Amino acid sequence: MLSMRGIGKSFLGVRVLSGVDLAVTAGEVHAVVGENGAGKSTLMKIVCGVHPPDEGTIELDGRPVRFGHPLEARRSGIAIIYQEFNLLPERTVAENVFLGREPVRRGLVDRAAMEEATARLLGELGEDAFGPRDVVKRLPVAQQQIVEIVKALSVDARLVVMDEPTAALAEHEVESLYRLIGRLRERGVAVLYISHRLREVFDLADRVTVLKDGSRVTTLPIGEVTPAELIRLMVGRDLGAYFPPRSARAGEVRLRLRAAGNRKLRDIDLDLRAGEIVGIAGLQGSGRSELARAIFGAEPFTTGEMTPARPRSVREGVALGIGLVTEDRKAEGLALRQSVRDNVLLVARAVGAGNRAGVRDLLERVRLAPVRRDQEVRYLSGGNQQKVVLVKWLTMAPRVLLFDEPTRGIDVGAKAAVHDLMRELADDGMAIMMISSELPELIGMSDRVVVLRDGRVAGTLPAGASEEAVMRLAAGEAA
Amino acid sequence: MDLLTRARGPARGGLAAHLREPTQVLFLALLGLVAAGWVLVALDGGQFLTLESVVGIQQRSAALGIVAVGQTLVILAGSLDLSVAYLISLASLVAAEIMAGQDGNIGPAVAAVLAVSALVGLVNGLVITRLQVHAFIATLGVALIIRGALDHLYDGPAGRVPESFQVLGYSRIGPVPVSALLWAGVAVLAWLLLSRTRLGYRIYAVGGDEEVARLSGIRTGRVVVLAHVLCSVCAGVAGLLLAARLGAGAPTVGTDGGYDLESIAAVVLGGTALAGGKGGVAGTVGGVLLLAVLDSIFNQLEVNSFVKDVVRGVVIVVAVAVYARRTRGRRA
Amino acid sequence: MRRALPILAVLAALLIAIALVNPHFLEPAGFLAFLKRAAPLVILAAGQYFVIVSGEFDLSVGSLVTAEVVIAARLIDGDESATWPVLALLVVTGLLVGLVNGVVTTRLRVPSFIVTLGMLLILSGAVFLWTGGAPRGALSDGFRVFGRGGLGPVPWSVLILLVLGATAILLMRADFGRTLMAVGDNERAAALSGVRVHRVKIFAFMLSGLAAAVAAILLGGFAGVSAQVGQGLEFSAITAVVLGGVALGGGRGSVPAAMAGAVTLEALFTLLNLYGISGALEFTVQGVIIIAAVSAAAVRLPRKSTPRTGDAHAAS
Repeated sequence: MLSMRGIGKSFLGVRVLSGVDLAVTAGEVHAVVGENGAGKSTLMKIVCGVHPPDEGTIELDGRPVRFGHPLEARRSGIAIIYQEFNLLPERTVAENVFLGREPVRRGLVDRAAMEEATARLLGELGEDAFGPRDVVKRLPVAQQQIVEIVKALSVDARLVVMDEPTAALAEHEVESLYRLIGRLRERGVAVLYISHRLREVFDLADRVTVLKDGSRVTTLPIGEVTPAELIRLMVGRDLGAYFPPRSARAGEVRLRLRAAGNRKLRDIDLDLRAGEIVGIAGLQGSGRSELARAIFGAEPFTTGEMTPARPRSVREGVALGIGLVTEDRKAEGLALRQSVRDNVLLVARAVGAGNRAGVRDLLERVRLAPVRRDQEVRYLSGGNQQKVVLVKWLTMAPRVLLFDEPTRGIDVGAKAAVHDLMRELADDGMAIMMISSELPELIGMSDRVVVLRDGRVAGTLPAGASEEAVMRLAAGEAA
Repeated sequence: MDLLTRARGPARGGLAAHLREPTQVLFLALLGLVAAGWVLVALDGGQFLTLESVVGIQQRSAALGIVAVGQTLVILAGSLDLSVAYLISLASLVAAEIMAGQDGNIGPAVAAVLAVSALVGLVNGLVITRLQVHAFIATLGVALIIRGALDHLYDGPAGRVPESFQVLGYSRIGPVPVSALLWAGVAVLAWLLLSRTRLGYRIYAVGGDEEVARLSGIRTGRVVVLAHVLCSVCAGVAGLLLAARLGAGAPTVGTDGGYDLESIAAVVLGGTALAGGKGGVAGTVGGVLLLAVLDSIFNQLEVNSFVKDVVRGVVIVVAVAVYARRTRGRRA
Repeated sequence: MRRALPILAVLAALLIAIALVNPHFLEPAGFLAFLKRAAPLVILAAGQYFVIVSGEFDLSVGSLVTAEVVIAARLIDGDESATWPVLALLVVTGLLVGLVNGVVTTRLRVPSFIVTLGMLLILSGAVFLWTGGAPRGALSDGFRVFGRGGLGPVPWSVLILLVLGATAILLMRADFGRTLMAVGDNERAAALSGVRVHRVKIFAFMLSGLAAAVAAILLGGFAGVSAQVGQGLEFSAITAVVLGGVALGGGRGSVPAAMAGAVTLEALFTLLNLYGISGALEFTVQGVIIIAAVSAAAVRLPRKSTPRTGDAHAAS
């Protein structure tokens, strides 16, 4: 159906794609994988007409096409669901779904038709929790994702591009997405699926195309490749074991919570020990990030005990030797236009303390030494950006370090590096708490896993627990 | 897995939610102010809301109201226009000079004013979108350009507006001044534009999130340019109105009225977010009326005119603080 | 510093153009006289820079300058002994106005455009209410010496400018400046790193208020007492900062560049005068040049200077 040949693209003289071929057939789920910087997102934006290609041809049903604008691609039946939400929070569901192509009758927007069509699509997806007139900002994240999907479907898309669609979804919401994709496939719609999560690729895809450094490595039916082989194709080397080995030495209690709570959390009992990595699992909305923020002092506990003390602000948290590597690096972790140096020194400068002289050593320690210190961090890769955030906290020599989704959106190779660093820090005696939606990562890294449900501790599992056991606790089925 | 946490239902936009919108708050405040004015003026021994004062309020509101409606469009689109004050002066001069006291010239004069103001809007819009100059600087620069031309060519009032055109400034139909009708007409058109046309939807989209709009196939630059053209045309209409009222064109009529910053203040007072994408014409109308009623009360109480500036400043800041507080309350 | 290069090139070109018409300009006396004239705007631009780099606006500085001059004239009223107390009062008033701007902007979460616009209305209304519509009184000679006199051949205003400029540069290199920059770039990230965002921003507004007070002291001596002395200065200061390549919205640009922007603007005025372009058309030329200069900066680095979220991962 869609066939791209010899696609090439450069930005500001930097070659991002060269000679990429990609063919998609109707009713197929075609996964595109590759490390960050491999050119996946750029390729997808070319498919959708956001960027015109510098070289190569695109054919749709055998006819050559050239999209100068997203609108033209959409008129040809190509829709995209971006990794970041592309909705207007102040507008209604129907207004968002029909954004840019509102139906018109006698020169005026036909609101009735718009709302009717939206309601019909929502009905087809079995969605009745909200309606076309609801304002998007009042919907929970998962429902906003459904609005995105409805937006794509409303154009009668024949090809739907999904760019990391599960990034903001909790485990059970991913299941709904799987079903939805199944339904699309039945209708003969082709799906181009980009994901860092190999499990999803193997669950969903019929074929997979591997990109590396802007070129296509290969395209294979999913049955002819194993996860290990796929990783090797992506990074060009064998990563071997996923996770660094655990060391069983847990030291003294660094942080103790007893019956701690606030508006989102209740009766939390938790000990974090030196040298230990504690994993926090739970569904979206179970209070995982809220727990990290409460311990850190950003959204403080209002009841219960925390030893050595209960911080009432970020600064008090910092003073207690607590650091938080936030979930959203770009929005909450970094000042993107400032230099590496200014970012790593931010905490130290803010509180007027910290080890400023040792920054060079710290950068070396996280293997960021080759990066120029006056480089603006927005030019760094996701993995290196995460290391900058980490060094920012290491300047304070924290006693407790909280990681909220530390490897979200960074590529396979950099993930392993972050994992190694976390274990190194624990071995050096830091107490580490880690939140992750990726269960294999969480279980592989943690010395024990604390499962949250509805703002409470649902249970604690030892190292090496099964994914199933974690999910059962998280979901609240009879254990 | 679906039986797991089905996310909590959305807060539906019921009556309670609607009452929390800035526009409702504003109109409640307006009612309160009218009541307070009534009491205050009565205590002072006068009578508030006489035919005279109502007409006065409408008269005073009309010019600012028309400019503010235009300003609403550009602010909703995520831009702003600091050139309206000088454009108003320019429009009044263009009108009065071309009319030169002759009835027959009214048509060409109006056409010329609309063309000139549309051109200014086009320049504003193109400088912002094509040259990527921040709207603040772009429209300030255009304002300076117009100012220089005005100062160079004129020392004082010029041109003459024929009697028949002055009708626009002073006559009224029953208790309603023609100028107020003009304002109402402009406001209704803008409301229709925003709530019922594609351009209106796109103005909200571009102001709400330019990237989202672009990725949805909206030609964002064109929307911003059109919004600026419409805003400038509104300023041109206000210039016509002021020329009709003065009987001539004046190089300082726009700046004396402080229409640039006042119109922005009225829009924001009406609950439209300065960042764009949120708000509407109804709020702006309320904001302008509120400022006019305030003015009227002070006039009747014969308060020093400088106090008005002070109170006006306080009212604007307090109103926006109240909106900010409400938004935060809803989020938390 | 790289960002400051274009403005320095424009400035150099302007200075050469002025020197071609008026050879005395580049002699010490001529140049010092130029700097003396430029000092108030440069100081205002430095103050405005702190506010803009933190992601805010200060529209109140023009009316604050007027208010300060009018207050000084009324309070001093020719009385030499009142000079120093009044000077202190002016500085305190400037800081106080900045404090109010900052507190309302941060604590009440009102956009600073509106807060400082309200402050503009309040200040101009209040001052004229107090003076009854026209400025009265007179400044003392001791007051005027800052705007007019000098230490030997060097005007006081140039010395004050140098001291304040150096202080501003040091401030931006200190912890305060670096955290202020981070706040302007990403307020949330700064807050989650322990930065006291409100306090930092309030301090920036106070610096702008202080700059307005100093500018008022210089202008009062230099230009005398009038109700128009500060008119439009807020726009000139913002324009100067933007000319220096400092982005509205915060997180980018340097103090020296902002001050260079102000000197450039003043050089432009001088040049227009020299070439006999009348006071009126001066505005037109000024408008054209401002748009041209800012758009040139924007066009030269089309994507790099304004990558949107979408393009950020497009390039990856």
